[in-house]
Amino acid sequence: MKPIIELIKDLADKHGRERHNLLPILQGVVEQEKYLSEYSMIEIARELDMPATEVFGTATFYSFLEHKKMGTYIIRVCKTITCAMKGEKQILLTIEDMLKIRVGETSSDGKFSLLQTNCLGLCHKAPAMLINNEVYTDLTPEKIRDILTMYMNKKEGGENVN
Amino acid sequence: MGNKISITINGQKVDVKHGTSILDAATQAGVIIPTLCYHKDLCIAGNCRVCVVELAGQKRLATACATPCESGMEVMTNTLKVRNSRKHIIELLLTEHNADCTSCYKNGNCELQTLASEYKIMNQDFIHLVPFKNYTVDKFSPSIIKDDSKCIRCQRCVRTCAELQSVNALTMAFKGEHAKVTTFFEKTMSEVVCTNCGQCINHCPTGALVEKNYIEEVWSAISDKTKYVVVQTAPAVRVGLGEELGFDPGMRVTGKMVSALKKLGFDAVMDTDFTADLTIIEEGTELLTRLKKVLVDKDSTVKLPMATSCSPGWIKFIEHMYPEYLDNLSTCKSPQQMFGALVKTYYAKSRNLDPESIVSVSIMPCTAKKFEANRPEMHDSGYRDVDYVLTTRELAIMIKQAGIDFLKLDDMHYDRIMGESTGAGVIFGATGGVMEAALRTAYELVTGREVPFENLNITPVRGVEGIKEASIKIEKPLKEWAFLDGVELKCAVAHGLANAKIVMDEIKAGKTNYHFIEFMACPGGCLGGGGQPIPTSPEIRAKRAAAIYAEDEGMPLRKSHQNPEVIKIYADFLGKPLGEKSHHLLHTKYTPRKRF
Amino acid sequence: MSTNYLLKRVDFIFKNENDWEDVLKKSINRPPQELINELISSELKGRGGAGFPTGLKWKVASEEKSDVKYVICNADEGEPGTFKDREILSRVPFKVLTAIAICGHVIGAKKGYIYLRGEYYFLQPELNKAISEFEYFCKEINFEFSIKIFMGSGAYICGEETALFESMEGKRGEPRNKPPYPSSFGYMGKPTVINNVETLAHTYTIFRYGSKRFYDLGVQYSRGSKLFSVSGDTPKPGIYELELGMSLADFVEEFGDDDTKAVQVGGASGFLVPRKKFAETNIGFQGKLVGISLPTGGSMMLFNSSRSMFNVLDNYLNFFAEESCGQCTPCRVGCQQLLMGIKAVKRGDKNAQYLDKLLKLAETMQITSKCGLGQSVANSFSSIVENFREEMIY
Repeated sequence: MKPIIELIKDLADKHGRERHNLLPILQGVVEQEKYLSEYSMIEIARELDMPATEVFGTATFYSFLEHKKMGTYIIRVCKTITCAMKGEKQILLTIEDMLKIRVGETSSDGKFSLLQTNCLGLCHKAPAMLINNEVYTDLTPEKIRDILTMYMNKKEGGENVN
Repeated sequence: MGNKISITINGQKVDVKHGTSILDAATQAGVIIPTLCYHKDLCIAGNCRVCVVELAGQKRLATACATPCESGMEVMTNTLKVRNSRKHIIELLLTEHNADCTSCYKNGNCELQTLASEYKIMNQDFIHLVPFKNYTVDKFSPSIIKDDSKCIRCQRCVRTCAELQSVNALTMAFKGEHAKVTTFFEKTMSEVVCTNCGQCINHCPTGALVEKNYIEEVWSAISDKTKYVVVQTAPAVRVGLGEELGFDPGMRVTGKMVSALKKLGFDAVMDTDFTADLTIIEEGTELLTRLKKVLVDKDSTVKLPMATSCSPGWIKFIEHMYPEYLDNLSTCKSPQQMFGALVKTYYAKSRNLDPESIVSVSIMPCTAKKFEANRPEMHDSGYRDVDYVLTTRELAIMIKQAGIDFLKLDDMHYDRIMGESTGAGVIFGATGGVMEAALRTAYELVTGREVPFENLNITPVRGVEGIKEASIKIEKPLKEWAFLDGVELKCAVAHGLANAKIVMDEIKAGKTNYHFIEFMACPGGCLGGGGQPIPTSPEIRAKRAAAIYAEDEGMPLRKSHQNPEVIKIYADFLGKPLGEKSHHLLHTKYTPRKRF
Repeated sequence: MSTNYLLKRVDFIFKNENDWEDVLKKSINRPPQELINELISSELKGRGGAGFPTGLKWKVASEEKSDVKYVICNADEGEPGTFKDREILSRVPFKVLTAIAICGHVIGAKKGYIYLRGEYYFLQPELNKAISEFEYFCKEINFEFSIKIFMGSGAYICGEETALFESMEGKRGEPRNKPPYPSSFGYMGKPTVINNVETLAHTYTIFRYGSKRFYDLGVQYSRGSKLFSVSGDTPKPGIYELELGMSLADFVEEFGDDDTKAVQVGGASGFLVPRKKFAETNIGFQGKLVGISLPTGGSMMLFNSSRSMFNVLDNYLNFFAEESCGQCTPCRVGCQQLLMGIKAVKRGDKNAQYLDKLLKLAETMQITSKCGLGQSVANSFSSIVENFREEMIY
């Protein structure tokens, strides 16, 4: 984990400091931090010499650029039509039950955040979800239990599960 | 491509220049098309969709504001399809708008209300969305109230704040049903970069952004027999107030305004123009002193260019955006605050009044003045120097409430003591005016001769151009100013904070060699201020400017140093410009602020 | 069994990608006009859903005078029920890359971008590898062209081409006013060709085999083949390349579960077709086919009799209310009104006639919204409410 200021500088060096480089930089910060804090947005604005308000306005347009503190693992369960038809509610209940959090919340250990999301483009393998950038499809309550158990046993900052 | 093309609007042939919008073509043809998100000061958004029109051969409607005319286009503005669509759109806007018109501050001057009235939205039964939203009213700013429940997301305020002002206090955030106009992390307006300039208010079609009004407080003071309530009126108010009270833009109503203020019950009606003249003496002396320190003493701690400090929107802007340049600001208070400090000292003494009993009210074309009066440092008289700041609009409301038939009023003069002014004080209300007034006095002070412009009109600093430049070569100065011989005094004028930003960025890049710059937060200067009558447009501002310069031409005295009351106050009270008393009462300091 | 069984599987998109180097070399040695003519005579229309003739798009952009132009591959596949572009990019990336570069040659662009939706982040490593290899080859043959991936971050509306440009420029993905159109004023204000992933893959086929092979598939006004993303109540969900012009009845015959009540053609922004109209509905672009002809981005969602059409519509409208960019009135407020309106009718707070009022509102949204999203919400709304009115009320 780099300090945020350093991270933002590196991202700006890599992508450039013009306005059209904003999204990759926001994504880079979210990749590490899981969300964009006030502080991050102010620093990004400073680095790109643009109004912080516009960073905020732009970031909040995009569902994957959270601006509230998130857990290490962000679970995004697809709620669009096919997933909804194929048991998305069951999946959500199973997750809520296992993690003791509701949609929109983060577990008290800061490890998991549970969100709903719109169509993931995995309708033929519904129901589907993302955990950070990993895809999980054809979900069943049993499968959810296995997947979450694996994540629960993972050490913070550990190597990729797959 | 200046070639003309022909289109028809409702069957009538119209010849327009290539690139003309349907809306402009319609205006040219005398056809009115309703608009909401469109504003002459701003770029085209095309998002409210109220201006939709039908084009022959097309199923979908087009927005008149955003669609350029094409040769042979057949535009229809009043078909059943168009009317029904517009009605739907107005109905939709009303469902997300808290239409409590009778208790709304903008009742009677709301573009949405007008449209609803024109289209007779009577039996609309779409679901009212406001109760389902978590709207807040932000009343934390001393200048601006932001009521999200009245916002129709036309984004005029966002475009104003970004395009005209380069402030970006406001933005669109979130999307879809949650899309809203807000600030950085939804903070209050008082916590963010907002300069309180009020241009968002001037451009808001509804009551979502209004000034924080102090009308009741002022009424209470007036009816309190133990209080002596004085009022000062800023230069630009006299060329704007008429618009609220039945006159066309560009009407000067100085005398009627004074009459009205007396009828309202103010104990003394005085003129901010007086302290505008005083500002010129102080600021002009400060400029010459700085020039001497830089040119003769080679004092590197003294900064040039010197920037004017009368516009509180500009002051807060530089405090946020260029805090490293605060030493370039003139230390002079604005005329309003000089006035406030003198009312509770000099005036109280002259009139034998207990300063504690004085309530000092100012009528300003400005909402940032409310913030300025509220600054903690503005207590140099030992009291709060200015107690209440009302906008031109608020004064008009009081006049209406008092049942005064403004059109029939006789002209009256300002009261003595701090009521006398010159044409130089008046032109403070227009962009370039402070510069012109300063040059009229400074040049004469240095050379003993009048500025070399016909009839004292320094035309290069006048007009609507966003950034203006002028230079005056100083030749054959008086002996004490000999060091200025041959110096070309380089000046610039910027109005609208977007232009201020351009100039500041040039200074930052070391690209300029100005000595003196006038900055005004609002487009057109104070006459286009955030407290002036709504609507505003380039044409309206041009008319107000013409009125200001006409007022100047009509004054017997047109140079600040000629103001007999100014001469007297130095003799009786202040001593000399930049003297100890001046320093204490008329000068101030600035606060670096964060840039978000 | 249907008597005129027209459903024909085709295998172009996913086969044969080992010859991309040859295709690229040959194509960039052909004059742009020739390639444009090839595309025009193939009658290929955009496969993202809107169906604009691809050859014409390239032609207009090629005629623009500008030192800088761009080619953008729209991989912001967000329409519910669509997942074909992901398969193309993961299985035959070189076809798409080649097509982007050929387009660059045709219009005079040196830079191409793939706007990849945030949900497909996992495609990035492989795709980047392919791009490196591709660019290496371009260098080898002295063809100056580079391709970069631009990641989205979760916003359906960015699939709208001008919203996509805004997003790439680091702004909120709010669609622009049109005109100006992308071919003259696109990304960074420069002439830009923006094509859907599948469209580009088809141009590869056309340049590889000639326009005739493509043109010979399909029917009048709807030439060629198309990938279909099949999901919902079907025993065989997945991606299928089929000839255009088939009837929906044939489609259901092949993919239904013998209990198909309705098919949503074209995703949430498309049309719902009830069983009684299967036979008269053809899948293709607007034209003079018998019956109704529906364009589609390729999303085919099947619903059987266990599904409540109210729930389906409720789900779509929730999606639109959230994913509208929120700038224009008819779409922003209209979506919320439709959503809350059907719920109010269902609850009995509004009477059944209120549905007619909402249908009129949907019509207004269709003709007054700023971009395709607002304009197309009415498609699903009206087709569901009109065909399944009872389900909305009871």
